[in-house]
Amino acid sequence: MRLTKTLDSAQAAVNPAAAHRWNPGRIALRTAQYATMILLIVIMVLPFAWMLSTSLKPQEFILSTTPQLIPDPLTFDSYARLAERINLGRTAFNSMFVAIVGTAGQILVSAMAAFAFARIQWRGRNLVFVLYLATMMIPSVVLVIPQFILIRQLGWANTYAALIVPGLFSAFGTFLLRQAFLQLPKDFEEAAFVDGANYFTIFFRITLPLAKPAMATLAIFSFMGLWNAYLYPLFVARREDVMTLPVALATLQGGPRALTEWNIVMAGAVVAVLPILIVYLFAQRWFVQGVVSSGIKG
Amino acid sequence: MAGLHGWNKWKWVLFFLLPSLAGLCLFIVYPIVSSFWLAFNEWNLLRPPEFVGLANFEELLNDSAFWNAVRYTLTFISIYIPTVFVLGLALALFLNQKLRGMVIVRTATFLPVVASWVVVSIIWKWIFNPQYGLVNYGLAQLGITGPAWLFEPATAVWALVITSVWKDVGYIALLYLGGLQAISESYYEAARIDGANRWQMLRRITVPLLTPTMFFVAITLLINYFQIFEQVWLMPMRDSAADRQVEVIVTEVVKNAFSYNRMGYASAMSWVLFALIFVITFIQLRLQKRWVYYEAD
Repeated sequence: MRLTKTLDSAQAAVNPAAAHRWNPGRIALRTAQYATMILLIVIMVLPFAWMLSTSLKPQEFILSTTPQLIPDPLTFDSYARLAERINLGRTAFNSMFVAIVGTAGQILVSAMAAFAFARIQWRGRNLVFVLYLATMMIPSVVLVIPQFILIRQLGWANTYAALIVPGLFSAFGTFLLRQAFLQLPKDFEEAAFVDGANYFTIFFRITLPLAKPAMATLAIFSFMGLWNAYLYPLFVARREDVMTLPVALATLQGGPRALTEWNIVMAGAVVAVLPILIVYLFAQRWFVQGVVSSGIKG
Repeated sequence: MAGLHGWNKWKWVLFFLLPSLAGLCLFIVYPIVSSFWLAFNEWNLLRPPEFVGLANFEELLNDSAFWNAVRYTLTFISIYIPTVFVLGLALALFLNQKLRGMVIVRTATFLPVVASWVVVSIIWKWIFNPQYGLVNYGLAQLGITGPAWLFEPATAVWALVITSVWKDVGYIALLYLGGLQAISESYYEAARIDGANRWQMLRRITVPLLTPTMFFVAITLLINYFQIFEQVWLMPMRDSAADRQVEVIVTEVVKNAFSYNRMGYASAMSWVLFALIFVITFIQLRLQKRWVYYEAD
Protein backbone atom coordinates (compact mmCIF):
# COMPACT_ATOMS: atom_id res chain seq x y z
CA MET A 1 0.00 0.00 0.00
CA ARG A 2 1.09 3.50 -0.84
CA LEU A 3 0.81 4.65 2.76
CA THR A 4 3.54 2.43 4.07
CA LYS A 5 5.99 2.75 1.27
CA THR A 6 7.57 6.05 2.10
CA LEU A 7 8.56 5.31 5.63
CA ASP A 8 9.46 1.72 4.96
CA SER A 9 11.95 2.63 2.36
CA ALA A 10 13.21 5.24 4.80
CA GLN A 11 13.71 2.58 7.41
CA ALA A 12 15.36 0.25 4.94
CA ALA A 13 17.66 3.08 3.96
CA VAL A 14 18.46 3.71 7.60
CA ASN A 15 19.75 0.23 8.12
CA PRO A 16 20.85 -1.15 4.74
CA ALA A 17 23.11 -3.84 6.12
CA ALA A 18 20.33 -5.45 8.11
CA ALA A 19 18.17 -5.77 5.03
CA HIS A 20 20.45 -8.42 3.55
CA ARG A 21 21.86 -10.37 6.44
CA TRP A 22 20.18 -12.83 8.77
CA ASN A 23 21.63 -12.82 12.24
CA PRO A 24 20.16 -13.97 15.57
CA GLY A 25 19.05 -10.46 16.47
CA ARG A 26 17.24 -10.10 13.19
CA ILE A 27 15.57 -13.47 13.54
CA ALA A 28 14.39 -12.53 17.04
CA LEU A 29 13.05 -9.21 15.73
CA ARG A 30 11.16 -10.91 12.90
CA THR A 31 9.70 -13.48 15.29
CA ALA A 32 8.52 -10.72 17.63
CA GLN A 33 7.05 -8.79 14.71
CA TYR A 34 5.10 -11.76 13.38
CA ALA A 35 3.95 -12.73 16.87
CA THR A 36 2.61 -9.18 17.31
CA MET A 37 0.88 -9.36 13.94
CA ILE A 38 -0.86 -12.59 14.85
CA LEU A 39 -1.80 -11.24 18.28
CA LEU A 40 -3.31 -8.11 16.71
CA ILE A 41 -5.34 -10.12 14.21
CA VAL A 42 -6.64 -12.37 17.00
CA ILE A 43 -7.61 -9.39 19.19
CA MET A 44 -9.46 -7.71 16.34
CA VAL A 45 -11.12 -10.76 14.81
CA LEU A 46 -11.85 -12.94 17.85
CA PRO A 47 -14.87 -10.93 19.09
CA PHE A 48 -16.44 -11.20 15.62
CA ALA A 49 -15.60 -14.91 15.44
CA TRP A 50 -17.12 -15.39 18.87
CA MET A 51 -20.27 -13.58 17.72
CA LEU A 52 -20.56 -15.89 14.69
CA SER A 53 -19.78 -18.98 16.72
CA THR A 54 -22.36 -18.15 19.40
CA SER A 55 -25.02 -17.53 16.75
CA LEU A 56 -24.47 -21.04 15.37
CA LYS A 57 -24.85 -22.86 18.68
CA PRO A 58 -27.99 -24.52 20.00
CA GLN A 59 -29.55 -22.90 23.05
CA GLU A 60 -28.30 -25.45 25.58
CA PHE A 61 -24.66 -24.99 24.54
CA ILE A 62 -24.62 -21.21 25.03
CA LEU A 63 -24.36 -21.14 28.79
CA SER A 64 -21.25 -23.24 29.05
CA THR A 65 -18.35 -22.34 31.30
CA THR A 66 -15.81 -23.78 28.87
CA PRO A 67 -16.23 -21.76 25.67
CA GLN A 68 -16.06 -23.60 22.35
CA LEU A 69 -15.01 -21.57 19.35
CA ILE A 70 -16.12 -24.10 16.75
CA PRO A 71 -19.79 -24.93 17.38
CA ASP A 72 -20.47 -28.65 17.70
CA PRO A 73 -23.28 -29.36 16.94
CA LEU A 74 -23.76 -26.50 14.52
CA THR A 75 -27.24 -25.15 13.86
CA PHE A 76 -28.95 -22.23 12.12
CA ASP A 77 -31.81 -22.50 14.55
CA SER A 78 -31.12 -19.13 16.21
CA TYR A 79 -31.50 -17.36 12.86
CA ALA A 80 -34.95 -18.90 12.41
CA ARG A 81 -35.88 -17.82 15.92
CA LEU A 82 -34.45 -14.35 15.29
CA ALA A 83 -36.76 -14.08 12.28
CA GLU A 84 -39.73 -14.82 14.56
CA ARG A 85 -38.63 -12.37 17.23
CA ILE A 86 -38.05 -9.35 15.02
CA ASN A 87 -39.57 -9.07 11.57
CA LEU A 88 -36.19 -9.86 10.09
CA GLY A 89 -37.00 -9.61 6.39
CA ARG A 90 -38.77 -6.30 6.82
CA THR A 91 -36.14 -4.84 9.15
CA ALA A 92 -33.27 -5.85 6.88
CA PHE A 93 -35.13 -4.42 3.89
CA ASN A 94 -35.73 -1.15 5.77
CA SER A 95 -32.05 -0.81 6.62
CA MET A 96 -30.97 -1.59 3.07
CA PHE A 97 -33.59 0.69 1.49
CA VAL A 98 -32.79 3.64 3.77
CA ALA A 99 -29.03 3.20 3.33
CA ILE A 100 -29.13 2.89 -0.47
CA VAL A 101 -31.70 5.60 -1.23
CA GLY A 102 -30.22 7.90 1.41
CA THR A 103 -26.71 7.46 0.04
CA ALA A 104 -27.73 8.05 -3.57
CA GLY A 105 -29.77 11.09 -2.61
CA GLN A 106 -27.08 12.56 -0.40
CA ILE A 107 -24.49 12.23 -3.15
CA LEU A 108 -26.71 13.92 -5.73
CA VAL A 109 -27.74 16.80 -3.45
CA SER A 110 -24.20 17.29 -2.10
CA ALA A 111 -22.63 17.09 -5.56
CA MET A 112 -25.03 19.71 -6.96
CA ALA A 113 -24.32 22.11 -4.09
CA ALA A 114 -20.60 21.40 -4.30
CA PHE A 115 -20.74 22.22 -8.02
CA ALA A 116 -22.35 25.58 -7.26
CA PHE A 117 -19.62 26.30 -4.71
CA ALA A 118 -16.66 25.06 -6.71
CA ARG A 119 -17.42 25.65 -10.38
CA ILE A 120 -19.65 28.72 -10.58
CA GLN A 121 -18.54 32.20 -9.53
CA TRP A 122 -21.21 34.18 -7.68
CA ARG A 123 -21.41 36.93 -5.14
CA GLY A 124 -21.87 35.70 -1.55
CA ARG A 125 -20.51 32.24 -2.35
CA ASN A 126 -18.00 32.13 0.48
CA LEU A 127 -20.49 33.50 2.99
CA VAL A 128 -23.00 30.75 2.25
CA PHE A 129 -20.23 28.18 2.39
CA VAL A 130 -19.25 29.38 5.87
CA LEU A 131 -22.85 28.69 6.94
CA TYR A 132 -22.37 25.09 5.77
CA LEU A 133 -19.13 24.77 7.71
CA ALA A 134 -20.69 26.27 10.84
CA THR A 135 -23.46 23.65 10.92
CA MET A 136 -20.79 20.93 11.02
CA MET A 137 -19.70 22.15 14.45
CA ILE A 138 -23.01 21.44 16.14
CA PRO A 139 -23.04 18.14 18.08
CA SER A 140 -25.65 15.66 16.86
CA VAL A 141 -27.30 15.54 20.29
CA VAL A 142 -28.26 19.21 19.94
CA LEU A 143 -30.06 18.29 16.72
CA VAL A 144 -31.83 15.15 17.87
CA ILE A 145 -34.51 16.85 19.98
CA PRO A 146 -35.58 19.59 17.54
CA GLN A 147 -35.39 17.18 14.58
CA PHE A 148 -37.64 14.77 16.44
CA ILE A 149 -40.12 17.61 17.04
CA LEU A 150 -39.88 18.75 13.41
CA ILE A 151 -40.54 15.22 12.14
CA ARG A 152 -43.68 15.07 14.29
CA GLN A 153 -44.82 18.48 13.05
CA LEU A 154 -44.34 17.36 9.45
CA GLY A 155 -46.38 14.24 10.21
CA TRP A 156 -43.39 12.09 9.24
CA ALA A 157 -43.08 10.03 12.42
CA ASN A 158 -42.52 6.36 11.54
CA THR A 159 -41.99 6.93 7.82
CA TYR A 160 -39.09 6.29 5.47
CA ALA A 161 -39.06 10.03 4.79
CA ALA A 162 -38.07 10.66 8.42
CA LEU A 163 -35.17 8.25 8.08
CA ILE A 164 -33.98 9.44 4.68
CA VAL A 165 -34.80 13.09 3.98
CA PRO A 166 -32.98 14.96 6.79
CA GLY A 167 -29.81 12.99 5.99
CA LEU A 168 -29.79 14.17 2.37
CA PHE A 169 -28.59 17.63 3.34
CA SER A 170 -25.09 16.93 4.47
CA ALA A 171 -22.78 19.88 4.98
CA PHE A 172 -19.96 17.38 5.29
CA GLY A 173 -20.78 15.74 1.94
CA THR A 174 -20.91 19.14 0.27
CA PHE A 175 -17.58 20.06 1.85
CA LEU A 176 -15.90 16.82 0.75
CA LEU A 177 -17.09 17.06 -2.86
CA ARG A 178 -16.34 20.78 -3.10
CA GLN A 179 -12.72 20.04 -2.19
CA ALA A 180 -12.62 17.39 -4.91
CA PHE A 181 -14.29 19.59 -7.55
CA LEU A 182 -11.90 22.46 -6.83
CA GLN A 183 -8.99 20.25 -7.83
CA LEU A 184 -10.39 19.41 -11.27
CA PRO A 185 -8.85 21.16 -14.28
CA LYS A 186 -10.98 23.84 -15.95
CA ASP A 187 -9.96 23.02 -19.52
CA PHE A 188 -12.68 20.47 -20.22
CA GLU A 189 -15.40 22.77 -18.98
CA GLU A 190 -14.16 25.69 -21.01
CA ALA A 191 -13.97 23.55 -24.11
CA ALA A 192 -17.50 22.32 -23.49
CA PHE A 193 -18.75 25.90 -23.02
CA VAL A 194 -17.24 26.86 -26.34
CA ASP A 195 -19.12 23.94 -27.87
CA GLY A 196 -22.34 25.35 -26.47
CA ALA A 197 -22.83 23.06 -23.48
CA ASN A 198 -24.64 24.40 -20.40
CA TYR A 199 -23.92 23.83 -16.71
CA PHE A 200 -26.30 20.90 -16.59
CA THR A 201 -24.37 19.00 -19.25
CA ILE A 202 -21.03 19.97 -17.74
CA PHE A 203 -22.10 18.76 -14.31
CA PHE A 204 -23.27 15.35 -15.47
CA ARG A 205 -20.85 14.74 -18.33
CA ILE A 206 -17.62 16.25 -17.07
CA THR A 207 -17.52 17.05 -13.36
CA LEU A 208 -19.19 13.95 -11.95
CA PRO A 209 -17.21 11.43 -14.02
CA LEU A 210 -13.95 13.15 -13.10
CA ALA A 211 -14.77 13.17 -9.37
CA LYS A 212 -15.59 9.48 -9.06
CA PRO A 213 -12.99 8.74 -6.33
CA ALA A 214 -14.35 11.45 -4.03
CA MET A 215 -17.90 10.30 -4.67
CA ALA A 216 -16.93 6.73 -3.87
CA THR A 217 -15.47 7.90 -0.56
CA LEU A 218 -18.61 9.86 0.27
CA ALA A 219 -20.80 6.91 -0.78
CA ILE A 220 -18.98 4.59 1.60
CA PHE A 221 -19.18 6.95 4.56
CA SER A 222 -22.77 7.86 3.86
CA PHE A 223 -23.81 4.20 3.54
CA MET A 224 -21.94 3.31 6.70
CA GLY A 225 -23.49 6.19 8.62
CA LEU A 226 -27.03 5.32 7.55
CA TRP A 227 -26.62 1.57 7.99
CA ASN A 228 -25.13 1.97 11.49
CA ALA A 229 -27.29 4.87 12.70
CA TYR A 230 -28.93 4.37 16.07
CA LEU A 231 -29.65 7.53 18.10
CA TYR A 232 -31.74 9.32 15.46
CA PRO A 233 -33.78 6.33 14.12
CA LEU A 234 -34.41 5.22 17.69
CA PHE A 235 -36.76 8.14 18.19
CA VAL A 236 -38.24 8.83 14.76
CA ALA A 237 -38.85 5.24 13.55
CA ARG A 238 -39.99 3.03 16.40
CA ARG A 239 -42.74 1.14 14.58
CA GLU A 240 -41.79 -2.28 13.28
CA ASP A 241 -42.68 -1.60 9.65
CA VAL A 242 -40.01 1.11 9.35
CA MET A 243 -37.61 -0.01 12.09
CA THR A 244 -33.97 -0.47 11.03
CA LEU A 245 -31.62 -3.25 12.11
CA PRO A 246 -29.61 -1.44 14.83
CA VAL A 247 -32.80 -0.33 16.60
CA ALA A 248 -34.35 -3.81 16.34
CA LEU A 249 -31.13 -5.37 17.54
CA ALA A 250 -30.94 -3.09 20.55
CA THR A 251 -34.51 -3.98 21.60
CA LEU A 252 -33.58 -7.64 21.30
CA GLN A 253 -30.69 -7.45 23.76
CA GLY A 254 -32.58 -5.40 26.33
CA GLY A 255 -35.34 -7.89 27.09
CA PRO A 256 -35.28 -10.10 30.18
CA ARG A 257 -34.76 -13.25 28.12
CA ALA A 258 -31.73 -11.73 26.44
CA LEU A 259 -29.70 -12.81 29.46
CA THR A 260 -29.90 -16.39 28.28
CA GLU A 261 -30.64 -16.25 24.55
CA TRP A 262 -27.28 -14.93 23.48
CA ASN A 263 -27.31 -17.09 20.33
CA ILE A 264 -30.33 -15.18 19.01
CA VAL A 265 -28.85 -11.81 19.95
CA MET A 266 -25.59 -12.76 18.22
CA ALA A 267 -27.49 -13.95 15.13
CA GLY A 268 -28.98 -10.45 15.01
CA ALA A 269 -25.51 -8.94 15.32
CA VAL A 270 -24.26 -11.10 12.44
CA VAL A 271 -27.10 -9.94 10.20
CA ALA A 272 -26.48 -6.30 11.15
CA VAL A 273 -22.72 -6.35 10.69
CA LEU A 274 -22.19 -8.66 7.71
CA PRO A 275 -23.28 -6.27 4.91
CA ILE A 276 -21.11 -3.43 6.19
CA LEU A 277 -18.09 -5.74 6.63
CA ILE A 278 -18.52 -6.99 3.06
CA VAL A 279 -18.81 -3.43 1.73
CA TYR A 280 -15.67 -2.54 3.68
CA LEU A 281 -13.65 -5.51 2.42
CA PHE A 282 -14.50 -4.69 -1.19
CA ALA A 283 -14.11 -0.93 -0.93
CA GLN A 284 -11.30 -0.76 1.59
CA ARG A 285 -9.31 1.63 -0.53
CA TRP A 286 -11.99 4.33 -0.35
CA PHE A 287 -12.42 3.90 3.38
CA VAL A 288 -8.71 4.36 3.96
CA GLN A 289 -8.51 7.29 1.59
CA GLY A 290 -11.53 8.93 3.17
CA VAL A 291 -10.14 8.72 6.67
CA VAL A 292 -6.65 9.81 5.73
CA SER A 293 -7.64 12.68 3.47
CA SER A 294 -10.28 14.24 5.64
CA GLY A 295 -9.91 12.70 9.05
CA ILE A 296 -13.55 11.93 9.45
CA LYS A 297 -15.56 9.34 11.23
CA GLY A 298 -18.60 7.67 9.74
CA MET B 1 -17.34 30.98 -15.95
CA ALA B 2 -17.03 32.68 -19.28
CA GLY B 3 -20.09 33.90 -21.08
CA LEU B 4 -22.76 33.76 -18.38
CA HIS B 5 -23.91 36.85 -16.56
CA GLY B 6 -26.80 38.21 -14.57
CA TRP B 7 -30.00 36.25 -14.23
CA ASN B 8 -28.81 33.53 -16.56
CA LYS B 9 -26.03 32.65 -14.14
CA TRP B 10 -28.16 32.99 -10.99
CA LYS B 11 -30.64 30.60 -12.51
CA TRP B 12 -27.95 27.94 -12.57
CA VAL B 13 -26.68 28.77 -9.09
CA LEU B 14 -30.20 28.35 -7.73
CA PHE B 15 -30.73 25.15 -9.69
CA PHE B 16 -27.66 23.51 -8.18
CA LEU B 17 -27.68 25.04 -4.72
CA LEU B 18 -31.33 25.38 -3.79
CA PRO B 19 -32.14 21.72 -3.04
CA SER B 20 -29.23 21.51 -0.63
CA LEU B 21 -29.58 24.98 0.88
CA ALA B 22 -33.34 24.74 1.44
CA GLY B 23 -32.96 21.30 3.03
CA LEU B 24 -30.08 22.44 5.18
CA CYS B 25 -32.09 25.41 6.42
CA LEU B 26 -35.16 23.28 7.21
CA PHE B 27 -33.48 20.21 8.70
CA ILE B 28 -30.31 21.63 10.27
CA VAL B 29 -30.41 25.40 10.71
CA TYR B 30 -34.04 25.66 11.82
CA PRO B 31 -33.64 22.80 14.37
CA ILE B 32 -30.52 24.46 15.77
CA VAL B 33 -32.36 27.75 16.21
CA SER B 34 -35.47 26.11 17.65
CA SER B 35 -33.38 24.02 20.03
CA PHE B 36 -31.70 27.18 21.32
CA TRP B 37 -35.12 28.78 21.85
CA LEU B 38 -36.42 25.61 23.53
CA ALA B 39 -33.60 25.77 26.06
CA PHE B 40 -35.38 28.79 27.60
CA ASN B 41 -38.75 27.04 27.66
CA GLU B 42 -40.54 24.36 29.55
CA TRP B 43 -42.23 21.92 27.17
CA ASN B 44 -43.69 18.43 27.65
CA LEU B 45 -44.97 18.12 24.04
CA LEU B 46 -48.60 18.14 25.28
CA ARG B 47 -49.21 21.71 26.39
CA PRO B 48 -47.77 24.69 24.48
CA PRO B 49 -44.18 25.64 25.40
CA GLU B 50 -43.88 28.07 28.29
CA PHE B 51 -41.06 30.62 28.44
CA VAL B 52 -39.10 30.21 31.67
CA GLY B 53 -36.02 32.34 31.07
CA LEU B 54 -32.90 30.87 32.60
CA ALA B 55 -34.78 28.47 34.88
CA ASN B 56 -33.58 25.38 32.99
CA PHE B 57 -29.96 26.42 33.39
CA GLU B 58 -30.46 27.21 37.08
CA GLU B 59 -32.03 23.81 37.60
CA LEU B 60 -29.09 22.22 35.81
CA LEU B 61 -26.66 23.68 38.37
CA ASN B 62 -28.43 21.81 41.16
CA ASP B 63 -29.26 18.63 39.24
CA SER B 64 -27.22 15.86 40.87
CA ALA B 65 -28.06 13.45 38.01
CA PHE B 66 -26.53 15.90 35.53
CA TRP B 67 -23.37 16.37 37.59
CA ASN B 68 -23.12 12.61 38.02
CA ALA B 69 -23.26 12.36 34.21
CA VAL B 70 -20.58 15.07 33.84
CA ARG B 71 -18.41 13.22 36.34
CA TYR B 72 -18.73 9.91 34.48
CA THR B 73 -18.11 11.59 31.13
CA LEU B 74 -14.90 13.16 32.45
CA THR B 75 -13.80 9.96 34.21
CA PHE B 76 -14.33 8.00 31.03
CA ILE B 77 -12.52 10.55 28.88
CA SER B 78 -9.56 10.79 31.25
CA ILE B 79 -8.96 7.04 31.03
CA TYR B 80 -9.98 6.42 27.44
CA ILE B 81 -8.31 9.29 25.58
CA PRO B 82 -4.70 8.85 26.84
CA THR B 83 -5.02 5.10 26.28
CA VAL B 84 -6.24 5.27 22.69
CA PHE B 85 -3.92 8.20 21.93
CA VAL B 86 -0.83 6.16 22.87
CA LEU B 87 -2.01 2.75 21.64
CA GLY B 88 -3.13 4.29 18.34
CA LEU B 89 0.34 5.75 17.82
CA ALA B 90 2.03 2.47 18.75
CA LEU B 91 -0.25 0.61 16.35
CA ALA B 92 0.43 3.09 13.55
CA LEU B 93 4.21 2.75 14.01
CA PHE B 94 3.82 -1.01 13.94
CA LEU B 95 1.55 -1.03 10.87
CA ASN B 96 3.97 1.28 9.09
CA GLN B 97 6.61 -1.45 8.94
CA LYS B 98 7.09 -3.15 5.62
CA LEU B 99 6.35 -6.77 6.37
CA ARG B 100 4.61 -9.47 4.39
CA GLY B 101 1.03 -9.83 5.59
CA MET B 102 0.80 -6.38 7.17
CA VAL B 103 -2.12 -5.55 4.86
CA ILE B 104 -4.11 -8.27 6.62
CA VAL B 105 -3.34 -6.77 10.02
CA ARG B 106 -4.39 -3.35 8.83
CA THR B 107 -7.65 -4.73 7.40
CA ALA B 108 -8.32 -6.51 10.68
CA THR B 109 -7.70 -3.47 12.86
CA PHE B 110 -10.22 -1.50 10.83
CA LEU B 111 -13.03 -4.08 11.07
CA PRO B 112 -14.36 -2.74 14.41
CA VAL B 113 -14.31 0.80 13.02
CA VAL B 114 -16.86 0.00 10.32
CA ALA B 115 -19.10 -2.09 12.59
CA SER B 116 -21.89 -0.17 14.29
CA TRP B 117 -21.75 0.76 17.96
CA VAL B 118 -24.89 -1.29 18.54
CA VAL B 119 -23.23 -4.44 17.20
CA VAL B 120 -19.95 -3.78 19.02
CA SER B 121 -21.80 -3.05 22.28
CA ILE B 122 -23.74 -6.29 22.27
CA ILE B 123 -20.77 -8.42 21.23
CA TRP B 124 -18.71 -7.07 24.15
CA LYS B 125 -21.65 -7.28 26.50
CA TRP B 126 -21.58 -11.01 25.83
CA ILE B 127 -17.79 -11.19 26.11
CA PHE B 128 -17.93 -9.36 29.47
CA ASN B 129 -20.66 -11.68 30.79
CA PRO B 130 -19.37 -12.56 34.29
CA GLN B 131 -20.33 -16.25 34.16
CA TYR B 132 -20.11 -17.29 30.54
CA GLY B 133 -18.07 -14.53 28.91
CA LEU B 134 -14.68 -14.95 27.28
CA VAL B 135 -12.94 -12.33 29.45
CA ASN B 136 -13.69 -13.99 32.76
CA TYR B 137 -12.98 -17.38 31.24
CA GLY B 138 -9.54 -16.12 30.27
CA LEU B 139 -9.00 -14.66 33.73
CA ALA B 140 -10.09 -17.93 35.31
CA GLN B 141 -7.43 -19.76 33.28
CA LEU B 142 -4.90 -17.49 34.99
CA GLY B 143 -6.40 -18.30 38.36
CA ILE B 144 -8.15 -14.94 38.75
CA THR B 145 -11.83 -14.64 39.61
CA GLY B 146 -13.14 -12.04 37.18
CA PRO B 147 -15.34 -9.15 38.37
CA ALA B 148 -19.02 -8.62 37.59
CA TRP B 149 -18.01 -6.13 34.84
CA LEU B 150 -21.18 -4.59 33.43
CA PHE B 151 -23.15 -5.03 36.65
CA GLU B 152 -21.02 -2.74 38.84
CA PRO B 153 -20.34 0.96 38.08
CA ALA B 154 -16.59 0.86 38.77
CA THR B 155 -15.87 -2.17 36.58
CA ALA B 156 -18.44 -1.12 33.97
CA VAL B 157 -16.37 1.99 33.24
CA TRP B 158 -13.36 -0.22 32.52
CA ALA B 159 -15.41 -2.52 30.32
CA LEU B 160 -16.65 0.54 28.40
CA VAL B 161 -13.10 1.87 28.02
CA ILE B 162 -11.75 -1.49 26.80
CA THR B 163 -14.59 -1.83 24.29
CA SER B 164 -14.15 1.74 23.05
CA VAL B 165 -10.39 1.37 22.65
CA TRP B 166 -10.91 -1.86 20.71
CA LYS B 167 -13.39 -0.17 18.40
CA ASP B 168 -11.47 3.05 17.81
CA VAL B 169 -7.77 2.18 17.91
CA GLY B 170 -7.71 1.26 14.20
CA TYR B 171 -9.27 4.57 13.27
CA ILE B 172 -6.79 6.55 15.37
CA ALA B 173 -3.89 4.51 13.95
CA LEU B 174 -5.05 5.29 10.43
CA LEU B 175 -5.05 9.02 11.20
CA TYR B 176 -1.50 8.70 12.51
CA LEU B 177 -0.48 6.70 9.43
CA GLY B 178 -1.57 9.63 7.29
CA GLY B 179 0.72 11.85 9.35
CA LEU B 180 3.63 9.40 9.18
CA GLN B 181 3.31 9.26 5.41
CA ALA B 182 3.76 13.02 5.21
CA ILE B 183 7.17 12.99 6.93
CA SER B 184 9.96 13.40 4.40
CA GLU B 185 12.46 10.56 4.08
CA SER B 186 15.33 13.01 3.93
CA TYR B 187 15.18 13.59 7.70
CA TYR B 188 15.78 9.91 8.36
CA GLU B 189 18.58 9.75 5.83
CA ALA B 190 20.32 12.71 7.44
CA ALA B 191 19.86 11.17 10.89
CA ARG B 192 21.36 7.88 9.72
CA ILE B 193 24.41 9.65 8.36
CA ASP B 194 24.78 11.27 11.79
CA GLY B 195 24.63 7.81 13.37
CA ALA B 196 21.25 8.10 15.09
CA ASN B 197 19.58 4.93 16.32
CA ARG B 198 15.93 3.97 15.90
CA TRP B 199 14.82 5.33 19.26
CA GLN B 200 16.54 8.67 18.68
CA MET B 201 14.88 8.97 15.29
CA LEU B 202 11.49 8.23 16.78
CA ARG B 203 12.02 10.69 19.61
CA ARG B 204 13.66 13.51 17.61
CA ILE B 205 12.12 13.20 14.14
CA THR B 206 8.93 11.16 14.04
CA VAL B 207 7.23 12.48 17.19
CA PRO B 208 7.94 16.21 16.65
CA LEU B 209 6.86 16.06 13.02
CA LEU B 210 3.77 14.11 14.00
CA THR B 211 2.56 16.71 16.51
CA PRO B 212 0.13 18.33 14.03
CA THR B 213 -1.53 14.92 13.56
CA MET B 214 -1.50 14.36 17.31
CA PHE B 215 -3.19 17.69 17.77
CA PHE B 216 -5.87 16.76 15.24
CA VAL B 217 -6.33 13.37 16.91
CA ALA B 218 -6.67 14.98 20.35
CA ILE B 219 -9.29 17.46 19.12
CA THR B 220 -11.25 14.75 17.29
CA LEU B 221 -11.20 12.46 20.32
CA LEU B 222 -12.37 15.17 22.70
CA ILE B 223 -15.18 16.34 20.43
CA ASN B 224 -16.37 12.77 19.81
CA TYR B 225 -16.07 11.50 23.35
CA PHE B 226 -17.79 14.36 25.12
CA GLN B 227 -20.69 13.03 23.06
CA ILE B 228 -20.20 9.37 24.03
CA PHE B 229 -23.60 7.68 23.95
CA GLU B 230 -24.32 4.27 22.39
CA GLN B 231 -22.02 2.06 24.44
CA VAL B 232 -23.12 3.71 27.69
CA TRP B 233 -26.76 3.46 26.67
CA LEU B 234 -26.54 -0.20 25.64
CA MET B 235 -23.85 -2.01 27.58
CA PRO B 236 -24.55 -1.85 31.35
CA MET B 237 -26.73 -4.80 32.40
CA ARG B 238 -30.37 -3.86 32.76
CA ASP B 239 -31.48 -2.95 36.30
CA SER B 240 -27.97 -3.44 37.69
CA ALA B 241 -26.14 -0.86 39.82
CA ALA B 242 -24.15 0.05 36.71
CA ASP B 243 -27.37 0.62 34.77
CA ARG B 244 -28.67 3.01 37.42
CA GLN B 245 -25.46 4.96 38.03
CA VAL B 246 -23.34 5.03 34.89
CA GLU B 247 -24.74 7.93 32.89
CA VAL B 248 -22.99 10.36 30.58
CA ILE B 249 -24.15 13.76 29.37
CA VAL B 250 -25.82 12.52 26.19
CA THR B 251 -27.66 9.64 27.91
CA GLU B 252 -28.93 12.22 30.43
CA VAL B 253 -30.12 14.48 27.58
CA VAL B 254 -31.87 11.55 25.88
CA LYS B 255 -33.51 10.42 29.12
CA ASN B 256 -34.81 13.89 29.90
CA ALA B 257 -36.12 14.38 26.37
CA PHE B 258 -37.61 11.02 25.57
CA SER B 259 -38.31 9.33 28.91
CA TYR B 260 -39.41 12.37 30.95
CA ASN B 261 -40.67 14.44 27.98
CA ARG B 262 -38.75 17.49 29.22
CA MET B 263 -37.82 18.91 25.83
CA GLY B 264 -36.77 22.35 27.09
CA TYR B 265 -34.63 21.07 29.92
CA ALA B 266 -32.97 18.47 27.69
CA SER B 267 -32.25 21.15 25.07
CA ALA B 268 -30.65 23.35 27.71
CA MET B 269 -28.48 20.41 28.71
CA SER B 270 -27.45 19.75 25.10
CA TRP B 271 -26.37 23.40 24.73
CA VAL B 272 -24.30 23.15 27.89
CA LEU B 273 -22.58 20.16 26.29
CA PHE B 274 -21.98 22.20 23.14
CA ALA B 275 -20.53 25.03 25.25
CA LEU B 276 -18.23 22.55 27.03
CA ILE B 277 -16.98 21.13 23.73
CA PHE B 278 -16.53 24.62 22.33
CA VAL B 279 -14.51 25.84 25.33
CA ILE B 280 -12.31 22.73 25.43
CA THR B 281 -11.62 22.95 21.70
CA PHE B 282 -10.83 26.66 22.05
CA ILE B 283 -8.39 25.99 24.89
CA GLN B 284 -6.73 23.29 22.82
CA LEU B 285 -6.35 25.68 19.91
CA ARG B 286 -4.72 28.21 22.22
CA LEU B 287 -2.41 25.62 23.79
CA GLN B 288 -1.29 24.14 20.49
CA LYS B 289 1.50 26.74 20.10
CA ARG B 290 3.19 25.21 23.13
CA TRP B 291 3.61 21.73 21.72
CA VAL B 292 2.58 21.46 18.08
CA TYR B 293 5.41 21.88 15.61
CA TYR B 294 4.61 23.12 12.11
CA GLU B 295 7.38 22.58 9.61
CA ALA B 296 6.54 25.67 7.56
CA ASP B 297 7.11 28.05 10.49
